Amino acid sequence: MIRIESTTRPKKITVSRRTRKALWGYFFIFPALLYFFVWVLLPVLTSFGLSFTNYNTATADWVGLKNYIDIFTQTKVYSALLKTIQFGLELIPANMIFSLILALLVDQKIRGVSIFRTVYYLPVLTSLVIAGIVWASLFDPRTGAVNWLMRLLRLPPQQWLYNPDLALHSVVVVRLWKGVGYNMMVFLAGLQSIPKELYEAAQLDGASAWQSFRFVTLPLLKSTAFYIFVMACISSFQVFGEIYVMTRGGPAGATRTLIYLIYEEAFQYTKMGYASALAFVLFLLVAGIALFNLLVVNRFVEDGR
Amino acid sequence: MKNGKGLKTAKNIAVYLLMIIAMIQLGFPFFWMATSAFKTSKEIHSPTPVLLPSEITFDNFHKAFQAAPFGKYVLNTLFVAVVVTASTLILCAMAGYGFGRISFPGRETLFILFILAMALPGEVTLIPRFLIAKNFPLFGGNDIFGKGGIGLIDSFSGLIIPNLMNVFGVFFLRQFFRTLPSDLEDAARIDGASEFGIFWRVMLPLTGPALAALALFTFTAAWDEFIWPLVILNHSEKYVVQLGLSVFFGEHFVEWGPMMAASSLVSLPVIAIFLFTQASMVKSIATTGLKG
Repeated sequence: MIRIESTTRPKKITVSRRTRKALWGYFFIFPALLYFFVWVLLPVLTSFGLSFTNYNTATADWVGLKNYIDIFTQTKVYSALLKTIQFGLELIPANMIFSLILALLVDQKIRGVSIFRTVYYLPVLTSLVIAGIVWASLFDPRTGAVNWLMRLLRLPPQQWLYNPDLALHSVVVVRLWKGVGYNMMVFLAGLQSIPKELYEAAQLDGASAWQSFRFVTLPLLKSTAFYIFVMACISSFQVFGEIYVMTRGGPAGATRTLIYLIYEEAFQYTKMGYASALAFVLFLLVAGIALFNLLVVNRFVEDGR
Repeated sequence: MKNGKGLKTAKNIAVYLLMIIAMIQLGFPFFWMATSAFKTSKEIHSPTPVLLPSEITFDNFHKAFQAAPFGKYVLNTLFVAVVVTASTLILCAMAGYGFGRISFPGRETLFILFILAMALPGEVTLIPRFLIAKNFPLFGGNDIFGKGGIGLIDSFSGLIIPNLMNVFGVFFLRQFFRTLPSDLEDAARIDGASEFGIFWRVMLPLTGPALAALALFTFTAAWDEFIWPLVILNHSEKYVVQLGLSVFFGEHFVEWGPMMAASSLVSLPVIAIFLFTQASMVKSIATTGLKG
């Protein structure tokens, strides 16, 4: 009886079961899909549309490519772009070198290492507002600890955040302090995934500590370093909170990066159409650099193996 | 042998020395913040910095709380962060389960769209998100078409609704759901459990460690949120802690004592949660084999 039934019915059941299951799939992802549409997809499309208008919360007239032409002809944008690039060029190499050194240190099997690891990670947990405030206090020209150290070292005290020549470097220091702990953890994961046998083999071959670092550790850390490099490139374009808290883009525009310029144009001068075009250019720039990294730098990394 | 041992001790001493130097460099700002919170204003304004306060005073905390209602800011932030964390866990778990364990037409395409969105910097869409918040239907005096009022602007809903979930959480939990064995699912199905029952009673409890990690990320991010509240809030009674701090900083620029007191208090919860969960987190990741 059962056998006879099962020859006719299963097909019907599996089909309806499959559709029912697919419907359950849509049910499970529906809230996420709705959220994605409203807060991710729609904003991207709107941003693109607004960039061709002069939207300023009152009027929104079509201006064609005017915003984009303005962007490529204004010195303000050019200097913000230069600031952004300078920021990245200073921050990224310093961050990678220091976080690798820290990772090598906390990879040692010695007592108390986890305490050091935790302290190195604490700056990552600090919010950018608090990082900005505490460092503004450290950089205070009169009462701050940085100038105190300068005097101890018999160096002339500086104005730091108030000096147009030093303000950007000072922000780089803050960002470096806040960022190395995270990349240390990523490098550490990379270091710990290198098989111990390779070091033993190198030692048997009579390699010095430097040689085993140079010929075992470094080549095997390449992909980790590449990942960190890509992420660092992307995030160096997004430094906003520290700048807002410490310098508001000043003094004399010395820390006005692209992202800060977008904020200023959009929410202080309410030139939202123009700022949208700027945001889109920034997006293309970040995407372009990420793509360049993935296609060109990655090939270079792979070839070097 | 003896020589080798001596070399090892020398190496360890060098490592400790370097680690202590790095600890001073990275830890000093915390030391400075925590000790300055208890210094007298004379000690704070001294051109030769005082490292340790000669006597502990709570004046700075009193001053901070007199100048700005930080207690209220903390409650505001806690409320927003708890709601956002709870909804993120539920919605991301549902979507992660849908993408990870149920096959339906269009799944791969939708999922690739989600992954692409993770690479998009949030600042790029700040302006349109602000406009969507302003024209959000049926909130803040808006009609069904999103006209006539201020929408989500200047409200807690404005802090919560755009953060009800995040794309990263979907990706994170999907990866976790995919690693679970399907035996349990099949067994529950034979027992006649509904699809939602399988998700809620069988699969979800197995993702405990991943949910805990996502809860930690989400809560910390909500506690530290700054740019969105800055853009969307106008009235100080709705301020969250980070925004309150930054405004307080702008108004009391030279008063480092109260600033450091407020900053110490605000950074405490996140550091406490990290120290508290650090051990169990590492353990859970090790036992579930989530790493790599």
